[in-house]
Amino acid sequence: MRYLTLFILLPLTIPLSSANDGAENNLRDPFFGEALYYAKQGEFFNAIARLDTELRLYYGIDEPELDTLHFYVNEATFSVGDFELSYRMHRKAGRAIKAVIEGNVAPQVRNEAIYRLAKIYFQKEQNLNALHAIDRIEGRIPEAIADDITFLKGQIYMVNGRFQEAEDLFKSINGKIRQKGYAEYNLGLVRLAQGNLSGAISALEDAGTLRSDDRAVLAIKDKANLMLGSRLMDEGEYPTATKFFERVRIDGPFSNRALLGLGWASATSENYPNALVPWTLLSQRHVTDPSVQDAMLSVPYAYEKLGLYGKAALGYGHALSVMNKELDRLDASIKSIDEGTFLELLVREEFKQDRNWVVKLRELPQTPETYYLIDLMASHDFQSSLQNYFDLEQLRKNLEKWSDYYASYDEIIALRRRYYEPLLPGIDEQFRKLDSLINLRLEQRDRINNKLQSMLIAPQPELLATADERSALLAIQSFEDSPSNNSEQTQYRVDRLKGHITWNWTIQYNERLTKTFEHLAALDNDIARLKTIYESFVRTRQAATQSYQGYDKNINNLRIKTKRAIETVETLMLRQGRMLEVMAIGELRKRSQKLESSQVQARFAMAESYDRATMSKLEKVQEEKPIKETIDKQASAETEGQGEL
Amino acid sequence: MNRVVLTFFTCLLLLESPWAVSQKISKEQIKGLDEQVQDIKKDVLAISTELNLLEEKLLFPSNTQVSLFVSLSNGKKVDLDSIEVKIDDKSIAHHIYTYKELNALREGGVQRVYTGNLRTGKHSLKVGFKGKSSLGGDFTEVASHNFSKGVGPGMVEIKLVGSSSIEFFNR
Repeated sequence: MRYLTLFILLPLTIPLSSANDGAENNLRDPFFGEALYYAKQGEFFNAIARLDTELRLYYGIDEPELDTLHFYVNEATFSVGDFELSYRMHRKAGRAIKAVIEGNVAPQVRNEAIYRLAKIYFQKEQNLNALHAIDRIEGRIPEAIADDITFLKGQIYMVNGRFQEAEDLFKSINGKIRQKGYAEYNLGLVRLAQGNLSGAISALEDAGTLRSDDRAVLAIKDKANLMLGSRLMDEGEYPTATKFFERVRIDGPFSNRALLGLGWASATSENYPNALVPWTLLSQRHVTDPSVQDAMLSVPYAYEKLGLYGKAALGYGHALSVMNKELDRLDASIKSIDEGTFLELLVREEFKQDRNWVVKLRELPQTPETYYLIDLMASHDFQSSLQNYFDLEQLRKNLEKWSDYYASYDEIIALRRRYYEPLLPGIDEQFRKLDSLINLRLEQRDRINNKLQSMLIAPQPELLATADERSALLAIQSFEDSPSNNSEQTQYRVDRLKGHITWNWTIQYNERLTKTFEHLAALDNDIARLKTIYESFVRTRQAATQSYQGYDKNINNLRIKTKRAIETVETLMLRQGRMLEVMAIGELRKRSQKLESSQVQARFAMAESYDRATMSKLEKVQEEKPIKETIDKQASAETEGQGEL
Repeated sequence: MNRVVLTFFTCLLLLESPWAVSQKISKEQIKGLDEQVQDIKKDVLAISTELNLLEEKLLFPSNTQVSLFVSLSNGKKVDLDSIEVKIDDKSIAHHIYTYKELNALREGGVQRVYTGNLRTGKHSLKVGFKGKSSLGGDFTEVASHNFSKGVGPGMVEIKLVGSSSIEFFNR
């Protein structure tokens, strides 16, 4: 969604490059679009790497204003920060976004950057920094994220203890955030923080009665009702709490807790038959859920309260046997995690396709480490550590792939070197000869051009004489200087001939000059072609050298960096993996301890129920004893009477 | 009654189980490791950028480089299955779209379908898209385009408009 806002912003912030571009697509930089293509698929590593490369190229070229990225450079820098944030690189993303804030950007872009920065601080629990950041937003706000900004501001004010301002902000939100119930839910929380229970109830009730098919809305609705029910239970308002627990969807993620709460709301009102309904339903659900395990004890507890001690004792007995089984499974889970199978499972491809895949696996006996994963998955710390583990695994795979590339690059370079190196000296020698010839011709052309230009001002017809005329003139001159030219009549004829030639080039001068200029233009065309071929040759020649020279140092550096990075990634994976295992084992041990304590409770309760059942049976027997004696007496009396008869 | 309250509070505590999970590992440990992971991400991204630049120089020098990009316009209701691209009657790229890729295209992403090397001069490009149109029927859209490869890197954007036409933009 946030990338969408970026594109909505563009028409407002980017000057159009030229009128003839027309369609908006003609303006778009395809490489920026490519980064977006990866980001939209959640492949943030590729998105950042692509955009970083384009930015490096952009800043490295001589005329960046001619690059299509020129019109997007601020947005591209901003997007790198945004992608880094999504790639959980908060520190670097913070720096990139700060650079945009301090740069010369439109107020909407600046405000959006501040919003992102405040969000980073908020996510990192740096509440005061978040407050300072969000308070810097001023001027025009991008319409598409106006409500998001208000909502975040409300959340930041709330965590900084500015409850009244937060309440005012949540009340002012409209649009999607209100429709989705987030504003009402947070309004409820902020009122609870202020001790305004009735106000909180009203807000949470609004959030809890939303009508929608949207799963996110339904989840917030359930959460609001569960929160409200729990809070009313704390206040001792058990019957009222029932209503809210009942509103939680029976198949939603909060249903187990709601069913448990619903049972307790009835039980605390001493309405045990009613408490049995949700508890019995809950006790038949998946046994790894803590609420289900609680319900397994709550059901016999209700029977006990109803005086059905035998049924209660059987219930406790059943709970004990299930708990024993679950404790064995927990031990197996811990053992399996210790053996490293948990981490192996997490990095499998199936997990990337379906995040619920591991949860589904808990049904299989071959994967004991997955039995109690649901609760682990709900933990923020576990989630972020798990994401880091996935990211490290992806980095490791990339680095290993790149390590193989370097050998291929070396091979390509060696092949090119073997091909070009014997050829190039010969080519270079030929090229040098051609190069001097070309330069000579170019100088000649320039001289002709200069002469022609001067002839425009001071005509020199003899310079435009044809070859025939020149040879004829030379022959005449030669004759003139010879001993044969020995009479006035001969000299007269020589002068006539010379006059004839001079006459021709004088009267044809303009025509000849025009033709010469035409020939010069034709020559210029040939020279332009020659220059193109020359430049193409120079480029190809350079490309030939560049195709194998100057890479060794670069590749070696990359090889060393990659090797070091692999070592670091592997070390971090070990540490991150161990952290996940410790977290998982910690959670499983906690569950084990809870089960053990429940088991002790169940044993005592079962013993008590058996005692009471036995006592109740004895009491019943004792109550029945006088009646039995009377009956026996009557029977013996009757027998005696019959005997007498 | 005490037991009731105790059990209910246990229930409430379990609502907060995410906090409880990380009890054994301190927040500082998680934060410290997280920062180290961020640092290595930064280093690997820097390697990736250098590698991209190296590849571009080594494998696709600018005087012969040609890239083809694919984008969608009015593609919200079009289910694109595949694309096939030919240059000078030689098949150079074929791609089958995943759900994620199609969505990324629909949301404004641009796919680089091919990067390779071509001589300077005129070339012909032929593109074929296959998929399902908004009406549910199969469609096959084919179009040709001539472009000239100059001395700089060549780029052509191929845009499928709805399911009815293909536009080309030389960059």
